[in-house]
Amino acid sequence: MANYTISVNGKDHQVDAAPDTPLLWVIRDELGYVGTKFGCGIGQCGACTVHIDGVAMRSCQQPISNIGEKGNKITTIEGLSENGEHPVQQAWLEHDVPQCGYCQAGQMMSAASLLNNIPNPTDEDINAGMAGNICRCGTYLRIHAAVKTAASKLS
Amino acid sequence: MLQNTNRRSFLKVSAAAGGGFMLGFSFLTSCEQKPAVVMMAPELKMPDQWTQLNGYLKIGENGITTIINPNPEIGQNVKTSMPMIIAEELDVDWNDVIVEQGKLDTENFSRQIAGGSQSIRQGWEPLRKTGATARAMLVAAAAQQLEVPASELRTEKGVIHHDGSGKSVSYGEVAALAATLDVPEEVELKDPKDFKIIGQDTKNVDARKIVTGKPLFGLDVMKEGMLIAGIIHPPAFGMTLKSFNADAALAMPGISDVVSIDCAPEGKEMQWSDGPTVRKQVAVVGKSTWAVMQAKKAVKVEWERASDAESTAGHAAKMADLIANGEAEEARRDGDPEAAFASAAKIVEATYSAPFLAHNTMEPMNFFAHVTDERADLLGPVQTPEFLEKSIATLFDMDPANIEVGMTRMGGGFGRRLYGSFAVEAALISKAVGAPIKLVYTREDDMTQGTYRPDYLVKYRAGLDADGNMIAFHVRGTGTDGSPVFANRFPAGTVDNYLAENIGMDSNITTGAWRAPRSNFIAGAEQAFLDEVAEAAGKDPIDFRLELFDRAISNPVGESNDYDAERYAGVLKLVREKSGWDGDSGEARGVAAYYCHNSYVAQVLDLSLGTDNKPQVEKVFCAVDCGIVVNPEGARNQIEGGIVDGIGHALYGQLTFTDGKPDQSNFDTYRLIRHSEAPRQIETFFVDNGIAPTGLGEPSLPPIMGALANAMYQATGERVYDQPFLSAELRG
Repeated sequence: MANYTISVNGKDHQVDAAPDTPLLWVIRDELGYVGTKFGCGIGQCGACTVHIDGVAMRSCQQPISNIGEKGNKITTIEGLSENGEHPVQQAWLEHDVPQCGYCQAGQMMSAASLLNNIPNPTDEDINAGMAGNICRCGTYLRIHAAVKTAASKLS
Repeated sequence: MLQNTNRRSFLKVSAAAGGGFMLGFSFLTSCEQKPAVVMMAPELKMPDQWTQLNGYLKIGENGITTIINPNPEIGQNVKTSMPMIIAEELDVDWNDVIVEQGKLDTENFSRQIAGGSQSIRQGWEPLRKTGATARAMLVAAAAQQLEVPASELRTEKGVIHHDGSGKSVSYGEVAALAATLDVPEEVELKDPKDFKIIGQDTKNVDARKIVTGKPLFGLDVMKEGMLIAGIIHPPAFGMTLKSFNADAALAMPGISDVVSIDCAPEGKEMQWSDGPTVRKQVAVVGKSTWAVMQAKKAVKVEWERASDAESTAGHAAKMADLIANGEAEEARRDGDPEAAFASAAKIVEATYSAPFLAHNTMEPMNFFAHVTDERADLLGPVQTPEFLEKSIATLFDMDPANIEVGMTRMGGGFGRRLYGSFAVEAALISKAVGAPIKLVYTREDDMTQGTYRPDYLVKYRAGLDADGNMIAFHVRGTGTDGSPVFANRFPAGTVDNYLAENIGMDSNITTGAWRAPRSNFIAGAEQAFLDEVAEAAGKDPIDFRLELFDRAISNPVGESNDYDAERYAGVLKLVREKSGWDGDSGEARGVAAYYCHNSYVAQVLDLSLGTDNKPQVEKVFCAVDCGIVVNPEGARNQIEGGIVDGIGHALYGQLTFTDGKPDQSNFDTYRLIRHSEAPRQIETFFVDNGIAPTGLGEPSLPPIMGALANAMYQATGERVYDQPFLSAELRG
């Protein structure tokens, strides 16, 4: 076990964790930000997607020791906006995207990162940017439409 | 006066006041706390007093109405649509409604099950009567208070008006009086043409919480003193626990217990839903999820074989032998099929297969349990809470009054959470270690110890006369834990000489309901076969089917046909029109129609081939007859989801076995459909016929597999018979 200081959603947190603990379990179990979901644990489903220094990353694949040493800024779905007013969240509401809703935090974090990089993505850009997030309910078409709506709100 | 009662502003402020972190812990700090879902912000003018009018609803003095959703929410959106039905008959403004998730409450609610696409169909009348009864009591109270006859009163958006005198009074003002009145035995329901909420696009009531990451799911449950538990299942089916050594695991930091549990002790009669449980397993308990996951690997467990080590190859050979030589149960016989086949001008024959499928809900199985000698508190994602309560009562010799089962929102169900064995495991672990625990499956646990969609094999034969009329039809099917054949469904009733045969097959691999059980295979097979028969008959595939329905309408064969041929033909005609079937779409097209869960669906699918010959679904036209559509927005979402899910599993899905062990254990080897592989466009058309609503969570999935197979044939010239349709190379 070791002590780490990590910055999550603009706040510094002291955590005591085994160095190999994935960031996912630190933010869920230790910090209580449970909006970030566990889906596969091997970086395949995207449910655990957070932003590390603004870039979408799979938090299940990031050991806390790496984060703690580098002093990265972590953003989770709870920190994407104060009250759900981020254009991606608004677009998700407008398109009534979620069915079960479990994968959607990861989907939105990927979408927000995509739009940071490519403000006006093409269909192919969206396909590529969202390829790492699985939705078993099959809401992909609504996700696709919502990304486009969010892009139009941002531009 | 109504003050700050707008639901949206309420939710907005409560989110601002709490934030995800605070809400998470305040919501779930006490084991005794009811699983109420809506947080109340103190600065809002929430009601000072709630008046409970029945088990489903309570009204605040300022008019805010809380409606309980009785059924498990697995993503089928009943948490929005069931309260909508109550609100409609109660006649309140939907913006003044707060929805709470109910817990298991067998006194107030019935059939608290998410299964068979039955929540709305079976809830329709009771929910309407619930709302209408409360409305009648409020009107009776208003009549007393305003000193006018009840018959002269009308209601609108939570206000009772007496037009003669111009007087009005709100529900909130008369709720307390209404609650003291007798409950009327008979109430009048609205004429559907007067519906104001039912039939309106209505957003998911949990959407705002979902998009802001609020704790809603079983995996998000946190309670004071709660430990995390992990489970070690046998590595293969047919194996049983021999012994284990936990010394190394117990020496790891944060690990408190390693125990074995017996999920079905001798003499305990568990409910059907808890049947697939592996009896003896090992549980690891500790302070954090990661510590437990690591410690599981350090437990040395010895397993021994108790029954056969089955494999996919062995199943394929066994099913082929059963289809060729097995003794079948004759499920239906019309006319003289043998003679008709003997006289047929042409016989079409094809055999279809499908592999096991895992459910792969995005939220792995998990459950919170706190079991003591006196009582059991359980909270988590389960589609069958009532059965779970019975199993727990039996297991611990406990009075059901001392058992509480709460339901969280579920990160997908698809049938997997009908089987609450994971909740039973959680209860046993809690009791064994004497602490509240949350059991968390890893994805590998979830995928390798499932209640899978069975593997199937079915053989079809059709006999055509010289004019291309289908004069004989024979279906013979087998599969793990039962044949997939529905003997009395289409095309039964449309052909004079008909034979349906079932052959059972036993296996020690656990199987169960998976979104649209049996239909999820047989629809695709049957609709692909009929496409081939239509081609052999030289007929357009829609014309061919409509001719059969005409026969079933004018002069049906047999009396036990399990479908309405006019409604069936209706969706086919609708999709024909909407898709421009008789024109040229420029794409390879396939059509299919199917009836299940009391609803009718017809689909036309347009497909293109990529440079690598990988199919890309361009567009799906989907016609649906599910009677009255309660929430069109949610309904379209369900239809779209079923189509994407069906295409994904038909193209990519399979769970294979070697020596009783699943060959796939996570999403690196088990392919689910991904974003770019979904259809580019789906258009849904509902039949508007005013009939009471029927199922919607499942019916769009089964036929799409047939429409896809038929479009693939048009695109490639080759028929597909075996799922998954794509080669390993194309699956990627």
